[in-house]
Amino acid sequence: MINFILNGEQVSSNSNQNERLLDVLRDEFRLTGAKCGCKEGECGACSVILDGKLVNSCMVAMGSIEDSTVTTIEGYSKTRRFQILSEAYAAVSAVQCGFCIPGMMLASECILAENPNPSEEDIRRGISGNLCRCTGYNAIVEAVGTAAKEGKGLW
Amino acid sequence: MIGNSVKKKDHDAKISGQASYVDDIVMEGMLYGKMLRSTKARARIKNIVLPEISDDYFIIDKDDVTGENKIHVVLEDMPVFPEDTVEYIGDPILMVVGPDRKEIARILSEIVVDYEELEPVFDVRKSEISFFHHNYNKGDVDCAFEEADRIITETFETGQQEQAYLETNGLIAYPQDGRIVVRGSMQCPYYVIGAVSKALGEEREDIRIIQDVTGGAFGGKEDYPSILACQVAVAAKKAERPVKYVFDRREDMEFTSKRHPSVCTYKASVKDGKVTGLDIHVIYNAGAYTTLTDVVLQRGLIGACGVYNIGNLRVTGDGMKTNTVPNGAMRGFGAPQTFFAIEMMMNHIAKSLCTDPLTFKEKHLVKQGDETSTRGKFHFQVPLPEMIERADQLSDFRKKHALYKSQTGRFRKGIGISMVYHGCGFTGNGERDIIKSVAKLRKNSDDTVELLISITDMGQGAKTTFTKIAADTLGIPLDRVTFNNPDTDRVPDSGPTVASRSIMVVGELIKRASEKLKAQWKPGEEQVIEEHYVHPDFMIPFDIKTFRGDAYPTYSWAVNVIEVEVDTLTAVTKVLGAWGVYDVGTPLDLNIVHGQLQGGFLQSIGYASMEQIGYNEKGVVRNHSFSDYIIPTAMDVPNLVTDLVEVPYAAGPYGAKGAGELPNVAPAPAYIDALENALQNRIQHIPYTQEDIMTYLQEVENG
Repeated sequence: MINFILNGEQVSSNSNQNERLLDVLRDEFRLTGAKCGCKEGECGACSVILDGKLVNSCMVAMGSIEDSTVTTIEGYSKTRRFQILSEAYAAVSAVQCGFCIPGMMLASECILAENPNPSEEDIRRGISGNLCRCTGYNAIVEAVGTAAKEGKGLW
Repeated sequence: MIGNSVKKKDHDAKISGQASYVDDIVMEGMLYGKMLRSTKARARIKNIVLPEISDDYFIIDKDDVTGENKIHVVLEDMPVFPEDTVEYIGDPILMVVGPDRKEIARILSEIVVDYEELEPVFDVRKSEISFFHHNYNKGDVDCAFEEADRIITETFETGQQEQAYLETNGLIAYPQDGRIVVRGSMQCPYYVIGAVSKALGEEREDIRIIQDVTGGAFGGKEDYPSILACQVAVAAKKAERPVKYVFDRREDMEFTSKRHPSVCTYKASVKDGKVTGLDIHVIYNAGAYTTLTDVVLQRGLIGACGVYNIGNLRVTGDGMKTNTVPNGAMRGFGAPQTFFAIEMMMNHIAKSLCTDPLTFKEKHLVKQGDETSTRGKFHFQVPLPEMIERADQLSDFRKKHALYKSQTGRFRKGIGISMVYHGCGFTGNGERDIIKSVAKLRKNSDDTVELLISITDMGQGAKTTFTKIAADTLGIPLDRVTFNNPDTDRVPDSGPTVASRSIMVVGELIKRASEKLKAQWKPGEEQVIEEHYVHPDFMIPFDIKTFRGDAYPTYSWAVNVIEVEVDTLTAVTKVLGAWGVYDVGTPLDLNIVHGQLQGGFLQSIGYASMEQIGYNEKGVVRNHSFSDYIIPTAMDVPNLVTDLVEVPYAAGPYGAKGAGELPNVAPAPAYIDALENALQNRIQHIPYTQEDIMTYLQEVENG
């Protein structure tokens, strides 16, 4: 049994220690917001927030997360911060195919949590572990900048 | 509503992680599939030894194909599962299907295939099999060469490019009420229905295809779902249960179709400082099977002389067979290869004449009323001169280009420009004779309206743009119009979602249907309106045998400028600025249009600079993951500036033309032009990587 906090709730998993957090989230907990893009830690589509840090859940072994806190897009989407970011993304139509977007949103959250007033350079660096093939990144960078302004005090 | 931007129809579902992509769907009793793939590039299969398998597992191969063992794409040379020879590394010999993926992997690892190896061909220049040959001419090329002051010949090569959509290919097939259903990630549901019906030997009525939310495609889900659908449908029919097949990244990168590599030889005659003739030979590397090569090649050939009015033209082209993965569609569809070649050719001719390349190109630009390469006509305004001026204003191109010619020191800057068109819609008479689009509108009794079309939204914003056209024309709010993912049981065949045709062709049908519905609107009653494609009467009929006539009704235009800085010590290149000026007709949603332009822009910078697929001597792909096939990240470019010049197209809805592929055509030559400006060298191939720059710098150093 591996015990951890998932989207604010204490949960247990029957999985083996060497299973990927990504597979357990998707198959055991049926949380499919984390997407499988590459399974080698390169694309960021499976990003989740683990103890406050953005991680690729395909690179996290279940054995390492005992007592940790995991936030997926399903949990994050219930927050006010998500709403601000979502509106900023919507205003510039930053969502295209959408496959990178749950991970991109969690990356955006981590950028703002660390620095509520990021520069364009900070934002670009903060999302550089999350690949997007559709947008050319401009709209996403702009959305995070807008959310930083609109959500003053929230981060 | 038209023009401005609205919140996208699929925004909420996608951003919250609630949208269901094929891999998110689980069905009762669902099995998983995995291919046993050929490890030899060309071989005869002498024998296959299979391990024992339990009742829940199935092995699916050529003997299970109940219809014809042929996949219908354009021709039908590709088998669903190979008969007795394999033609590339990855050819799917059989599929293992079952409930547990670890057990499937075990079974696959115990299968022994006895091959008799045959000699493969990897170098397209050594291939002796031409799948397709085309040629056309205009004027008198031989005469132009006889009268020339000088003749310049150069060969350009372009590499394979992977679409690298974030969601890999994936489908689920299942039996239902005596029929077979296939659902999942795709661009063209009616292509899939045709292929599956042939492979299963079932009537089209007994096949149903449903598109699920699709995580990007860029052409990579035009032909491939037809191939995979036949394989999973055969498996589902045998197992009598749902079978899901989702590619992992490496499998997708190694074994699904990509952009064709090319070798283009250009011979130009020059007289009195102008190009008088071009003799062009184009080779596209088709890979092991034909898939879409014929049509990709045609678009490349039609665009071979770029945006220039060259009176004497001879163009020949071949799609050659090699023993690599079959190449297919990728955004731009054959145009990026030849537009790269012609743009570099024009630059190099200008340099050899010691004239400024931009001034030289401006002297040759086509204008309204000119003949096209295929003796059609540019019927509408060609806004290139004002677009070039706008690009110059934004980037200060002319001043910088002159300034950067004489640099010394470690860091050197360069700036480059390119100009292209993209023909909107299917080539030639495809829309009139092959596609024959149909679109429907259904008004429900609650006065909401549903769009019934086979166009798929794969991220490009079709759901939003199409509903805007209908809502605006009907004069009702956007939330009263719905557009669900196509299901062939519910929607007519409006053609595939390809060739920058969706908005211009099918959007116009929706516009007309909406006008009709508005005129006949009966509150509280159900109404259905159907519209059929009408070919523009101004077009000069295109003859595919002679390549004569209007290949496209109209064209979208682009001018790109890219500025780079090269560190001549490390060969690291930084993009300092990237500007694009585009004419896509009237933009129906500014955010969506700029999103398309910027996304395509970056893909093309990747194509020119870093995206590379290499093979070893046995034909094994070296770059098959995001760890070694590198696509641009947010750190690889600064703010991409995209700007619009509008030339409305009368036969498109609200004046819209095609926008999807255009941004993928122009940036590569602009990037290479910028590198040449910085390094003062001559580049003839892409990708031109950091390693290529280093090799060049070392050559200079060693004299």
